[in-house]
Amino acid sequence: MIELRNVTFGYDERVILEDISFTIGESESAIIMGPSGSGKSTILRLLLGLNYPQRGDVLIDGMNLNQISDRDLEEVRKSIGMVFQDGALFDSLTVGENVGYYLFEHTKQSTEEIETAVREMLGFVGLDADQVVDQLPEQLSGGMQRRVAIARALLATNPKIMLYDEPTTGLDPQATDLILRLVNKLTEEKGISTIVVTHQISDAFFLADRFLVIFGGRLIFDGTIAELRDSDQPQVRAFLAPYRQSLELVESKGFRPAQQ
Amino acid sequence: MKNFAAEFQGLFFFSGRSLAAVFRPPFYWRELIDQLYVNGLGSLWLIVLTGAFAGQGFALAFANELAEFGAKDYLGRIMAISIIRELGPVLTGLMVAARVAAGITAEIGAMKSSNQLDAMTAFGIDPMRKLVVPRLVGLIILVPVLTIVTNVIALVGGWVIAAFVAKISTTFYWSTLIDRLVFGNLFIGIMKPFVFSFIIAFIACYKGFSSEGGTRGVGRATTESVVLSSISVLIMNFFITRFVWQAIRGFV
Ligand SMILES: Nc1ncnc2c1ncn2[C@@H]1O[C@H](COP(=O)(O)OP(=O)(O)OP(=O)(O)O)[C@@H](O)[C@H]1O
Ligand SMILES: [Mg+2]
Repeated sequence: MIELRNVTFGYDERVILEDISFTIGESESAIIMGPSGSGKSTILRLLLGLNYPQRGDVLIDGMNLNQISDRDLEEVRKSIGMVFQDGALFDSLTVGENVGYYLFEHTKQSTEEIETAVREMLGFVGLDADQVVDQLPEQLSGGMQRRVAIARALLATNPKIMLYDEPTTGLDPQATDLILRLVNKLTEEKGISTIVVTHQISDAFFLADRFLVIFGGRLIFDGTIAELRDSDQPQVRAFLAPYRQSLELVESKGFRPAQQ
Repeated sequence: MKNFAAEFQGLFFFSGRSLAAVFRPPFYWRELIDQLYVNGLGSLWLIVLTGAFAGQGFALAFANELAEFGAKDYLGRIMAISIIRELGPVLTGLMVAARVAAGITAEIGAMKSSNQLDAMTAFGIDPMRKLVVPRLVGLIILVPVLTIVTNVIALVGGWVIAAFVAKISTTFYWSTLIDRLVFGNLFIGIMKPFVFSFIIAFIACYKGFSSEGGTRGVGRATTESVVLSSISVLIMNFFITRFVWQAIRGFV
């Protein structure tokens, strides 16, 4: 479970997020949308304890990140999978070592076992394991790197929470489809709480019913897609305007492709 | 450069946290071995060259000067003291500051600027323990060992000059030299690299962690790291010679 309570955060004097509160339950998925620079990635950083709010509390499974010990914080982090916006792959480790990072660091599994799991996961995200496993991240294309980043985040033993920062940006439609299915599968099968930051309304629609919209440092909307579409809040309408067309297009299909 | 006081304070707290992290498990043995391998073997040729040329150059200068006074028999004695107590530790410290400190700062700085430190933290791994501790412990082992190598090479270089230029007998050179390997000289000679290893590791890691401003920032941090650690080595060297030697010379 994820909870933000009246969180205010800024870099130096500049306030980025102001009085944000929301709760995301177990097995629940939510989408965070908002203009560029509105603080979406910052929210994910707060959830990982990479930054701390100036006011308010961040709670993961009831534990207040402001108050727990470093040890407990490490345990909390181990239960969270994160796909960074820029991938943040370890550039001096091979793709295989990147994807197996969690298993290498936190489990006693043998190298062979980990390698098997890594190869399976690479296949899962649509990469040719034989080809990429021994390459360095810089030898892959941007889209391939993103998939490696996703594979790395997924291959933890027991994530309870998954955070994806624009997982499909820059991917071709096939890869996007693949990744979205994967995200859904994981959320549904493993009962994981998921937050996806995205600018793609089609992805958003595919992944979750719950929408959070950050605008001007505030959480201006928290509700379902139908409520989002029908909202008469001026700020929400302004934010949604450029998305209207694709929203209608997606809605007219009337299904979430993952459930085909 | 940032405000000096703030910088110093940052370095001070960082050093404290690194020391604390050494004693908190897990200890990353593989990282330590990597560090020893990369920085040890990688620095060896540099150290050998430094020792060989510095030792010979030094011996040559002294041999000529001593010969004028008819005192060239003192060459072994002077080499022992100047290399083991001063030149060996300082040269090794400077070489390590140039080569290893630059590498550490650049690597950690680049990891920071590409969010890899955050990614590591997000995986529940403390970069202090994973990156800083193996580098610190690695240097604590390496700098003294490399210093000993420098000393040996430099003293052998001195022998080359003694035997072939100054025409001092080999046995005489070595026996006068070994005569001066007393506790006080050896203690200073090994204490210095030990102290330098902490200084270099703290500065290099701190500069990497605190680097800001993308690639240019990493470049700047690397330069500052080399400059600051080199100067600190020289200053610290002076103070150890000045005060520690003063304190223990009565006992030797
Ligand atoms: N390290 C930092 N120092 C100072 N300001 C920062 C830092 N990181 C981010 N910011 C600022 O915080 C604000 C929010 O950044 P954030 O990355 O959360 O935006 P975002 O909503 O994820 O944007 P995007 O959709 O472009 O990824 C931005 O205005 C940015 O300028
Ligand atoms: Mg972002």
